[in-house]
Order: sequence, then structure tokens, then C-alpha cells
Amino acid sequence: MATTTIDSTTTSLEGRRTQKRAVNWRGIWGKVIATTVALILLFLFLVPLAYMVLTSLKSMDQMTEPGAPIYPAVPETWTDPETEKVYPVYIVPMENGRTEDLALVKKGRKQSEFIDPKDPAAGPIQWEGSWRALDRPWEWSPTWQNYVDAWTQINFGRLFLNTVAIAAIGIVGTLLSCIVVAYGFSRFRFPGRNALFTLLIATIFLPSAVTIVPTFAFFNLIGWVGTWLPLTVPHFFANAYNVFLLRQYFMTIPMEIDEAAAMDGASPLRILMSIIVPMSTPVIVAVALFHLVFAWNDFFAPLIYLSTKPDLQPIAVGLSRFNGIYGTNPPLIQAAALMASLLPIILFFMSQRVFMQGVVVTGVEK
Amino acid sequence: MDATADIAQHTKPVGAGASPKRSSKLARREATWGYIFISPWLLGFLLFTLLPTIATIIFTFTDMKLEFAKASFIGFANYELLFRDSQVWSSLLVTIKFGLISLPVAIFAPLLLGLLMNSKNLFGKPFFRTGFYFPYIIPFVAAIFVWAAMLNPETGWINMFLERIGIQNPPNWVNDTTWVYPALVIIGIWGIGNAFLINLASLQGVPTELYDAAKIDGAGAWSTFWNVTFPMISPVIFYNLILVVVGLFQYFTVPLVLNQGTGAPGGATMFYNLYLYKNFFVFQNMAYGATLAWFLFLIILATTMVLFWTQRFWVYYPTGDRK
Repeated sequence: MATTTIDSTTTSLEGRRTQKRAVNWRGIWGKVIATTVALILLFLFLVPLAYMVLTSLKSMDQMTEPGAPIYPAVPETWTDPETEKVYPVYIVPMENGRTEDLALVKKGRKQSEFIDPKDPAAGPIQWEGSWRALDRPWEWSPTWQNYVDAWTQINFGRLFLNTVAIAAIGIVGTLLSCIVVAYGFSRFRFPGRNALFTLLIATIFLPSAVTIVPTFAFFNLIGWVGTWLPLTVPHFFANAYNVFLLRQYFMTIPMEIDEAAAMDGASPLRILMSIIVPMSTPVIVAVALFHLVFAWNDFFAPLIYLSTKPDLQPIAVGLSRFNGIYGTNPPLIQAAALMASLLPIILFFMSQRVFMQGVVVTGVEK
Repeated sequence: MDATADIAQHTKPVGAGASPKRSSKLARREATWGYIFISPWLLGFLLFTLLPTIATIIFTFTDMKLEFAKASFIGFANYELLFRDSQVWSSLLVTIKFGLISLPVAIFAPLLLGLLMNSKNLFGKPFFRTGFYFPYIIPFVAAIFVWAAMLNPETGWINMFLERIGIQNPPNWVNDTTWVYPALVIIGIWGIGNAFLINLASLQGVPTELYDAAKIDGAGAWSTFWNVTFPMISPVIFYNLILVVVGLFQYFTVPLVLNQGTGAPGGATMFYNLYLYKNFFVFQNMAYGATLAWFLFLIILATTMVLFWTQRFWVYYPTGDRK
């Protein structure tokens, strides 16, 4: 079965043919419009990432201050070198029509006293008007402390290790089970194979709500609630997506290779281990990555099975608990969200080709 | 189930090269190995799918709280309760209301994005493809936090922008009983990555000859889409549709994370599955939870069966020998 490649360059022979003749203005405008629309959409789609990064670096004071800039900043202040006292700086409109950044030293209802930080020796400047109506100049100042606070308060190190451990056990289980099941479905003929494979695929559409209540009751009965077992053991029993993905790949490996090995007396298990698996590295990597992303995302199962054990919870659950406690502190929340997203993002960009190819195979080839 | 039957049809070529006159002993050995290799899944299917599904049905006829051993059979009492329970119907209504707003976005946004990415006019396709896909891998809970903060009426960028362009009273989003549904759609928008990628790949799989033929026949852009592109990608759209519908009926993670499942504002986010979760997990009433789950399953089953039936009117399968 031919694998659909994602990166096509079907940019049509048409385009090239017309380009040869003359400058195709209509074609150029089409390109400009399509690319501009895509750029605007992508900007709107990704602008929350900028919000996440910038907010995670803001101080809580800045969040509540009206007129604060969207980048992390603090209002400027001036410290009197003699008295060591700190004064706020305001943007003051002067009589000559210009504005100047001046430090407010004495507040008054109708008249205030300012000092020019650039020339403090010149003495106080009297200014008529309400200082409350003045804006303050802001200077770029990221609050890195948010990350330190988020890390310690959420116990991020522990959550991270929990998630990695749960994901790693799950990856081992998924790979072991899905590889052998996919091998069975792709290489052996047995009665009922097509019906069973259809049944396997049909489980993709099965609503999980229908099994969750007895499954929870069962795990509760055997004392698994409050442990990692309900999050790891079921992955040792294969799942439709990954079996399908692996089977599609195995079917592209010629049967003749297996048959030759079988002639030489290799057992089916040996053929799997020494021929099929080594030839399927890309798809095995993809399955491992899918499972890691799945485990990193998994929210509902850890929520119900580990609700009483905060020390065992993975990142997704810890993060949502954090929102309940620090919901009024957006910088801390965004810092925690960013830290939680970092590993999947890095892994994705390291292996995006393998990753997106896998998504396509499970979605399109039916 | 047509779509799945289609998958099975393609399984035939395996081992087609082998001689048909193999001894039955060899065939039996091959079958044994086959069953051995698929046994992890068979066992898993039995343990985690088939038995729990049957157990769900049994639970609905009991008064089980947490332990089945202490339960006794009470006939149809749970079903009577379900039909009298106004929360069931209001939460179902909430689910359907949100579903009707969310469904078009979940189907058309990835499709339109796929069409744009497949346009011969677009520069830098790999760049855009990665850009639109990658937020999908951001952990769901983190994505909820980011978008919910964007929609914050006081500090969020969305209302800041709306005020900047002159909109006097921007929506109160998640705090407003009407605007909360569009807000939930926006919060989930990064989730379209998968469907987008699948749509794009199927668009790229449409043979170029078909487009050339349409051009020779003098078909315009719309006519080409409707008569060539759409039929060719309709199986993939159908697949996405089923997954989206099944997912929407079970929707509740976002409200659960957003407001700890209180249903705020004013019960507008008390989704059916959230109510189910509360009954079985928070109130630990397994029997009633199972009844709600079974009822939801029947609704989903009926809906997907209707959708499978509509396939004959709009989904095109190239094999053509479908009844």
C-alpha cells in the first residue's frame, strides 16, 4: 500500500507553463493573496503563544496596573542619591509642548513638585495639574522569578518525573503489544482475521464513557486506584491507532524476506525481532512519540485514579490543580503552562517529519 | 459499518503470493501463530472493552454505590430516575447546543485550512503546515489556560483588541451564558491540528489527472471542488465527522478544568458527560453513572448509525461496488 507523503510539491505544471510565456500578473496576485491570508491566519493562531511567553514574565503588579504595556515591564522610578528615597517617574507635559520624564517628589491635588532625574541639582520643578492623570514610563523588565515560584509551588520536578515514568512504562507496553499484534494481523492468515481487524478499528469509534464506570469500579475493587497501574497496565494490551499504523508499515515489507528466513528455519518470533522490527525504526519511533504526547496530555484517567495522591500525579492533573489555587495569578499560571509544554514541543520539532507522517497514515489510509 | 468494512477489504493482499495448495497442517500452524500474536489485543478487548460494556448494562439494574458485592437488583428504577431527572435533559440540551456550534468549526476549519495549504498559490507550504499543526501537541490543560487567559475580559488580549478597534462592550466570554459556547470553541481551536493534517494529506492524494480532466471540460473553481475534490476527500471528511460527533457527545474536559465542573455560569457548562462524571466519581453512585453512560452510548450509537446511513448520499468510495 502506497504511503501518502505529506509534503507534496504538486505546485502544478500549469503554473510553470504560463510563467514561461509572460509575466502572469493574475498568478502573482493569487500567490500574494493566498500567502498573506495564510500569514494572517497563522499569526492569529499562534498569538496566544506570545501571550503565554510575555505574561509568564510579568510581575503581578503589572497585571493589575491600567495602561501597562503588553511586554513585561516595570514603571520607572528614581532614587534620590542623598536620601535613598525612591520616587515614581511620570511623563509630564511641559509648557513648551514637549513631555519629560520627571520624578514625583511631592504630591498635590492641583499642583505637584517634580525633580528631573537627569539634572537633580536643578532643584524641584512646580507643575500645575493633577498628577493622577499622568502616564508612567515603563522599562523592559522580565520577572524570571515567576518560573522559580511556579516550579517550587507546583512541585514541577516531581510532576515531570511522574509523567516521564508513566509515559516510559506506557511506551514499553504499547510497543511490545502493538508490534506483536500488528505482526499477527499483517503476516498470518487465520479464520476471522478480517472480522477481528474490523472490530479492532471499530473500537476507535467506541465512546469511552460506556466502559469507564465498571473499569473504575473494577480497579477500585482490586486496589489499583491510587497507583499508576490503571494508567500503565492497559497499554500492554495494544490499541487500534498504533496497531493500524504499524500494520500499514509492516505490509510494505516484502513477504519474500520473511519466507526466505523461514526457509532457513527462523521462527516467526525470530523473524519479527531480527527482520521486521529493525526495518521499521521510523514507525516505531512515531508510535513511541505518539504515546509520549498522549501520556503528557492524558488528563481524565490520572484525575480519577490519582485524585487522592498528589505526589503520584502527572503534569496535566498537577497543572489543573495549580489553576484552582493560583487562578488569580496569571503570570504564574502561564509560566507553569509553558514549562509543561516545553518537552513535547522540543520533541515535536526534533522529529516533526516522522510525527506528521504517522498522523497522516492513521487518518487517511483506509 | 461501511468505513470499517472498507479497511478490512484492504487486508486481503497479505500473503497472496503463497501457494493456494498448502497443506492444512501448515495453514493450521500459521493460524495458531496468528492468534498467538494478536492475543494481547484479544485479551485487552475482552478485559477493557467487552466485559466493561456488559458490566455497564448489568450495573444499570442495580443500586450499586462503590462495591458491586453490596449491590442488589432494583429493576428499572435507575431508568425511571433518569427519565424524571431534569438535570439529564438540561445537560443533554447543553451538550447538543454546544455541539451544534462546535461541529461546523471542527469540520470546516480544518477543511478550509487544508484547502488553503493545498493551494498552488501558497508559498512556504512546509512552514505553514508545521505552524498550524504544532499547537496540537501543546498539552491540553496548558492550552486551556492560555486561551482562557486570552479571553479574560479584563486582562486578555482578545477583548483588548476588540476595544481597540472600537467595540464598546466586548463579550464577557466564559462568564456569559451565551458567549460561553463560542468561548469554548475558541479555547479548543488548537485541537484542529490533527484533522487539518489528515484533510491536507487526502487533498494531496487526489490524482492530478482528475484536475486536468476537469480543466479540459471547462470546469470552474467551484465546480471542480464540488465534482472532483469533494467526492475524493469525502471518506476522510466522514471519518473526521464520526470522530468529532462521538467526541462532542462526551465533551467535558474544558469546563472541568476551567471551573472545576461547577457548570458556571448558571449551569451553561453542565455538560452531559460532566454530569455523568459527577454521579459516578464525585457522588460515587456507580449504578446511576452506568445508567447515564449507557443512555449516552445509545444516543451516540443512534447518531452514528444515522450518519453511516447518510454516507450513500455524499460519501464516495472509489471501489464503487457498494450496496
